Amino acid sequence: MDIVRTVVRRELAAYFTTPLAYVFIVIFLALAGAFAFFLGGFFERGQADLESFFVFHPWLYLFLVPAVAMRLWAEERRTGTIELLMTLPASTFQIVLGKFLAAWIFTGIALALTFPFWLTVNYLGEPDNGVILAAYLGSWAIAGAFIAIGACASALTKNQVIAFVLGAAICFLFLMSGVDLVLAAFRGWAPDWFVDLVASFSLITHFNELAKGVINAATAVYLATLVGVCLLVNTLIVDLEKAR
Amino acid sequence: MQEMVRLERLTKRFGAVQAVDGVSFSVARGEVLGFLGPNGAGKSTTMRMLTGFVLPTSGTARVMGFDVVREPRRAKERIGYLPEGAPSYGDMSPLGFLRFVGEMRGIHGKELARRIGVAFERTGLEEVANRPIETLSKGFRRRVGLAQAILHDPPVLVLDEPTDGLDPNQKHEVRKLVREMSRDKAIIVSTHILEEVDAVCDRVVIIARGRIVADARPEELERRSPTHNAVRLTVDRERATEAMDAIRTLNTVREVRRLEEVNGVATLLALPVDGADLGAQVSQLLYGRGIRIERLAVERGRLDDVFRELTQGGSA
Repeated sequence: MDIVRTVVRRELAAYFTTPLAYVFIVIFLALAGAFAFFLGGFFERGQADLESFFVFHPWLYLFLVPAVAMRLWAEERRTGTIELLMTLPASTFQIVLGKFLAAWIFTGIALALTFPFWLTVNYLGEPDNGVILAAYLGSWAIAGAFIAIGACASALTKNQVIAFVLGAAICFLFLMSGVDLVLAAFRGWAPDWFVDLVASFSLITHFNELAKGVINAATAVYLATLVGVCLLVNTLIVDLEKAR
Repeated sequence: MQEMVRLERLTKRFGAVQAVDGVSFSVARGEVLGFLGPNGAGKSTTMRMLTGFVLPTSGTARVMGFDVVREPRRAKERIGYLPEGAPSYGDMSPLGFLRFVGEMRGIHGKELARRIGVAFERTGLEEVANRPIETLSKGFRRRVGLAQAILHDPPVLVLDEPTDGLDPNQKHEVRKLVREMSRDKAIIVSTHILEEVDAVCDRVVIIARGRIVADARPEELERRSPTHNAVRLTVDRERATEAMDAIRTLNTVREVRRLEEVNGVATLLALPVDGADLGAQVSQLLYGRGIRIERLAVERGRLDDVFRELTQGGSA
């Protein structure tokens, strides 16, 4: 655990020593606000809740989170520090986990900084704060899934731009897999159970529940599994690179 | 002598390219092994396999008896490694960086502070301890890499071109440091600077196209040089030709060359057969003929001649 904590500390510090962290946070806050007010009709709804705020999070994450994850491995490879890191007496999984947690905590910080929305609805009315907390956790979980995917993409290349585009593309597929556009591509040839399986991967379907404050076991298990599998794939990618 | 590092038929293939081909050697405690070879000969790949960054295609590498592939953590704990180019995190300070490396190696608190102090002192980093590494000069950055490698006082040190990019004073410092630390460690230093071999190494392994072409003490290698025990002498220009003819009559002489003429004095070089000792013979011979020798010196032999011959021999 010591090693994981050390990696988390270093990675978090690395975020805040570059302008990336501040740029990310500012853009995230600005867009989260703009979407909620202009697209979501935050005030016009006349309801003291944050649904119009949370519902856009997956779309924000779609291009912001891969930007957070893209440097995790690509930069180590570009600067050669990966050689230093991988020759320290730590297991690959410990390092993979540490990097994931650091990026996840970072998005958590950005998300926590949206607290003025929460203050506002509490000032204007009497929202169900339990629902809001659940929605926050759900939003953070989606961010975590995207980071795990983005970290895998980052491990595949030493070019951060490629890592970003690849990460965003894979995240998009997971986000949209419940939409007819994607499912139609499978319907013609795949059996029904397969189409249903693909549909059940859809993060947007799961998230719409989460945004209403509903956390069900299936969603929790799905997200945990997705993150777990991505971390293992990430470990595998890094280890395979050694044997290449 | 306790054997601390052992490579056995270590081989690495990248696709169709045979980068390292059956390399075997061992290093004992107290020994500094110079690992030489032209660029692309497989030096870095061999060191990467030894330190667990690259998995060998076949063969084994052991550090203090621990197989790098089977027990990577135990092997890595016992190695201090300076990778090629001395990579480090540019956004960190030397202090922060050493703290990170120390904690990754399970050193904490006061003990970590003490060890960082020692590593800083040995590498002369105190003055830049808190500056971001990316703002430091190449020499300082290399020393940060070195400090990181010696931080946990490992029994085995693997240094890939530790003096590359340093000025002569810094090179001297690093060599002194390597010598000082060699007493109770096994050290492998890769380099393509041959003077370094004389300065720090007890033994030399030369590798070319992935294979070991020489494993010997530096003096033994010098002896293989065509100019080993060659005699360099200066005589009056007028009598140079006569002197050359006379020296050629010795059956221990392979060749005599006329090198240069300055102020009426000619410099001659007599190359021996099989490194025979010529000095006394040549001086007696010329004395007997009444040819005065201004100066006479016996050459030790040049490592770079041997290096060139070994690493280019047989190439197309």
